[in-house]
Amino acid sequence: MAGYIFRRVLQAIPVFFGTTFLIYFMVFAMPGDPIVALFGDKTPNPAVIEQLRQQYHLDQPFIVQYFIYIGGIFRGDFGISFSGEPVTQILARTFPVTIRLAILALLFQSIAGIVVGLYSGLRKGKLFDSSALVVSLILISLPIFVIAYVAQYVFGVQLGLARTTVGSGAPIQDLIMPALVLASVSFAQIVRLTRSSVIETSGLDFVRTAYSKGLSRRRIVPVHILRNSLIPVVTFLATDFGVLLVGATVTEGIFNVPGVGNTLYQAIIRGEGPTVVSFVTVMVLLYLVVNLVVDLLYGLLDPRIRLVK
Amino acid sequence: MSNNTPRSTTHFVAPLEETPLVAIDAVKVDEKPSNLWIDAWRDARRRPIFWISGALILLIIAVALLPSLFSPINPLTEACALGDSNGDPSAGHLLGFTKQGCDVYARIIYGTSTSISVGLIVILLTTVLGVAFGAFAGFFGGWVDATLSRIGDIFFSIPYILAAVVIMSVLSQYRSIWTISLAIGLFAWPSTARVLRAEILRVKQADYITASEALGVSRMKILFQHVLPNSIAPVIAITTISLAGAIVAEATLSFLGVGLGGSIMSWGNDINQAQRDIRVHPQTLIWPSLALSVTVFSFILMGEVVRDALDPKARALR
Repeated sequence: MAGYIFRRVLQAIPVFFGTTFLIYFMVFAMPGDPIVALFGDKTPNPAVIEQLRQQYHLDQPFIVQYFIYIGGIFRGDFGISFSGEPVTQILARTFPVTIRLAILALLFQSIAGIVVGLYSGLRKGKLFDSSALVVSLILISLPIFVIAYVAQYVFGVQLGLARTTVGSGAPIQDLIMPALVLASVSFAQIVRLTRSSVIETSGLDFVRTAYSKGLSRRRIVPVHILRNSLIPVVTFLATDFGVLLVGATVTEGIFNVPGVGNTLYQAIIRGEGPTVVSFVTVMVLLYLVVNLVVDLLYGLLDPRIRLVK
Repeated sequence: MSNNTPRSTTHFVAPLEETPLVAIDAVKVDEKPSNLWIDAWRDARRRPIFWISGALILLIIAVALLPSLFSPINPLTEACALGDSNGDPSAGHLLGFTKQGCDVYARIIYGTSTSISVGLIVILLTTVLGVAFGAFAGFFGGWVDATLSRIGDIFFSIPYILAAVVIMSVLSQYRSIWTISLAIGLFAWPSTARVLRAEILRVKQADYITASEALGVSRMKILFQHVLPNSIAPVIAITTISLAGAIVAEATLSFLGVGLGGSIMSWGNDINQAQRDIRVHPQTLIWPSLALSVTVFSFILMGEVVRDALDPKARALR
């Protein structure tokens, strides 16, 4: 196990340097003046340009700039936002809200997805299965901002069941609708994955053995079938974390949830380049860490994984 | 055994007519040889969703190529009248007007080619990059595989919409169908490469590959003549779904305001413009969203059919 952890962490190092280098490269090796380009259509104040030039050490060679930037990340310095607030300070304020939203969404999508997927898989080809398939394909086809606006309009404006925007402090009851919207994207994928996994597991020898031993369905379904079908679902949840981050950016923006995603969303629509880059970096690093942790846990749960070189 | 004399056993060989081997002689040799593609076509054409999604896709492509056939109003040349701002549907203006007083229906019709073009350019890019990386990594193995796969991991570790947000923010002066496709495609290819690499690792083990090696066929010729044609099916299966993903990505970026410039007709731009009036005038938001969703749905459905048809294992799950 120690060897596995070591190998996996070692693999993550080039990916960490690679991703940060790529983001840095994309911003600072583009044609034209990077500082002016970051502002888009706006004309920045010369003082701001000078300050950014110093902040990003643009007088140094490119590779030196990159290592200065990496050094900053290691010291927990992700730069300063447009309004002059350190990014770490904004993170401290917004991160708990996003975590709450993400956990709610993860709960909704995995519980609903696994229940529907299991039921579909056990009743392959029946009416419930076919309807679940159609619904999941429709959900996969709807971009998240469409789902968000429809939910906001129907449940918020028309029916008045939920508040259209989240209040300050983001109480849980306000987060339910954004979390449901965020969950809807991956819900469909989880249904399909669980379904195919359940169908596959149900045909395996150990399930047949369990039936021939005379065990009841009530024991076989949760213990033998479901548990063994969940491995690909767990992997999916980890790789899908990127989708959750992008989804959170759009959902938090539309519902005005005061989280990390909303900060990025506001920076994007206002064209505040430096803030966009800082927050994308934070999200990518978060994504890397989550994948690393899930891989390590996964090796702990399934011995076959850590034996593969 | 104490004695060294070999044991003798009597062998009984059944007459050929009494064995299952006789079935081999019964195979009809004049029957057309079946292959993956013929099987896939036979499977696909039996499914109603193949015909439904196929018809929808043909219609969408027709609209993209010849928008003037579907809309008498050309939003590129005809000015919008501010007097019609957020106007209700009327004769000749089926879906009403946008805030700028433009015809919603005409904008949707003329925005189709944007979505389809971005989708096609992105899958061209992801297929070329993905096949190049996946094929060489899977086929040559060793340090080639290690290097190419790590590069793929790096690109895979940045969610492609976030990467595209950064690229498009930096390229804010050069917003066009080409730059947005490049921004999406540049980070979307590793999934194609991974699928192809896995398939090539499997195909490489086949006897006919060993046979060609034994016959002295060059490595490159084996890769392009034997390995690639036999491992391309899963790539084709995910390509249709990637096309849908690229269309969503373009709309998301335009919706966020870092996609295409305002002068380019795009559903994402229209949704972005309409969002401020959602409470009072939801129609201008609903129609482009519907057009976008139906288009994505058609390609997703087609992707399902193609994947099921090319993958016998997926067929069994149906």
